[in-house]
Amino acid sequence: MKTAGWTRTPSYVLTGGLAIIFLFPLVWSAIASVSPQPATGQVDGYGLGNYVTLLEFQAGLGQFLLNSTIISAVTVVTTLAVSILGGYAFAKFAFPGKDILFLGTLAILMVPYATLLIPLYVLLRTLGLGDSLVGLGLVLAMYQLPFATYMMRISFEAVPRELEESAMVDGAGTFQVLRRILMPAVVPGLITVGLFAFLAAWNDFFGPLILISDPDKQPLPLAIAVLRQQTMGAIDYGATEAGVIVMAVPCLFLFVFLQRYYMRGFMSGAIKG
Amino acid sequence: MNAISDRLAPGRLLGPEGWRRRRTLIGMGYALPTAIMVAVFFIVPLLLVVQMSASDWTLLSGDRGLNVPENYADLGSGRLFWPAVEFTIRYTLIVTVLLIALGLLMALVVQESGRWSGMLRTVFLLPLAVGLAAASLLFWGFYSNSIGPLNPMLQGAGLIESPISFLGTPTNALMSTVFLIVWKFAGFYMLILLVGLQSIPRDIYESAALDGAGRWSTFRHITLPLLRPALALSLILAVTGSLLAFDQFFLLTKGGPDNTTVTIVQLIYREAFQLQDLGKAAAISIVLLVALLALNALWFRSLRKPATE
Repeated sequence: MKTAGWTRTPSYVLTGGLAIIFLFPLVWSAIASVSPQPATGQVDGYGLGNYVTLLEFQAGLGQFLLNSTIISAVTVVTTLAVSILGGYAFAKFAFPGKDILFLGTLAILMVPYATLLIPLYVLLRTLGLGDSLVGLGLVLAMYQLPFATYMMRISFEAVPRELEESAMVDGAGTFQVLRRILMPAVVPGLITVGLFAFLAAWNDFFGPLILISDPDKQPLPLAIAVLRQQTMGAIDYGATEAGVIVMAVPCLFLFVFLQRYYMRGFMSGAIKG
Repeated sequence: MNAISDRLAPGRLLGPEGWRRRRTLIGMGYALPTAIMVAVFFIVPLLLVVQMSASDWTLLSGDRGLNVPENYADLGSGRLFWPAVEFTIRYTLIVTVLLIALGLLMALVVQESGRWSGMLRTVFLLPLAVGLAAASLLFWGFYSNSIGPLNPMLQGAGLIESPISFLGTPTNALMSTVFLIVWKFAGFYMLILLVGLQSIPRDIYESAALDGAGRWSTFRHITLPLLRPALALSLILAVTGSLLAFDQFFLLTKGGPDNTTVTIVQLIYREAFQLQDLGKAAAISIVLLVALLALNALWFRSLRKPATE
């Protein structure tokens, strides 16, 4: 077995090197955000000065975090609610217009974000949702629907029909069947849909750039981009990297923590698809 | 939702016919939120953008009547239009080739189960969790001469004499952005191709090994052909995503130097919110949409055709 170990060494070196290249920018930005640098919030020694700059910029880091949280919450809740009900309808019911509605939902994928944001900018204003975090959250939820509805449909379709039928014989209604039988059976799918809706909403830049103009309503990515552009004189690289870390940490944490769920969600999708 | 929940077991009070009609209505009820979302936030804006593209529609004054041939006819005369189209296509070709090649390599590396493969898988997926805007801002500092680590490292190793300006020349700006995108998205293509690899039945490999097929010939004649669907999906996603590139160029290169890295979507943004001409921005959006639809239609036709082997 010793020879096998020896022949494998080059592959360890190669993949290890690749892993370091993948980790390096992230590790570097974490270090850069606390490193001393002239003309930043952190001039002498290591410390959190750049994060203090963020706390004091415009409406303040707390407000930006709140804005991002509201957008993400609206997106995740709407995406889950609509795709659970829709996925249930597509998986377990027959009704006129079913195929057209399903194809119409998938067709959202074909239309560029920019193509829809121009009219949505006008439309949301007439609906009273102009410059609104809820309006933006709903738009982002619409963009999650193709993936979310497809995912929930194939997840529900994979649940054996006998399970529901036995519950129905016991007198459960269709909504109770969904809540008590189907939803507990598709937890990896639910987590996958919720996680991806969160990541998309938390990280979206183009949507808020066009739909949000009130500086107090900016979510984090927009605020950090504005912070960088507005600095007079010396560019504040330190505060920018601190902003990158604030944006990235919740995502990295959720992504690693939930990995076994969404990997299962994807793999089960692969077998069915 | 209680309004549509029925408390009746199949056929208890209603006959089979009434039961079926009732289930149809309940199904439509569950599909209603999807229908509303698709109608309000997708169909209506889609119709509106078509109307806008045919109108003299400014950011401040709104709709000022029909402007039919002009919005479209003037497209090509914009100074940046053709350079942006050319640049976007060039960028798409480079990024697509690199993403799929590296994604496939990574998928092959991590497909075996084991602790090392599992760790590599997580590391390769990590950049996927970072948002594109956050990643663009990260690399904006990473490539800077002020705090960037690359020039000191390269100079320390004696590889370069004077610092490289990573965003200073058109080629450098393009390649620096390509590196950012490959870093951020290669893990995603690894994931798609990994799912594809794992759907290939084990016994095919076993019988190939019995036939004495080598590693390369197994890869060439078994893995690649059976990976065709996953490769086709990767190709569609990489090309579509790259043709719609915006954040990375808006934040990292800002379209520069000298407007050499302006993409089509950046042009839409400029037209709408800097030149305040929503009608013309809508016209560019429609052209982009039609181009993407045509591309996708082409692909689906070629996918439908049985594999020519």
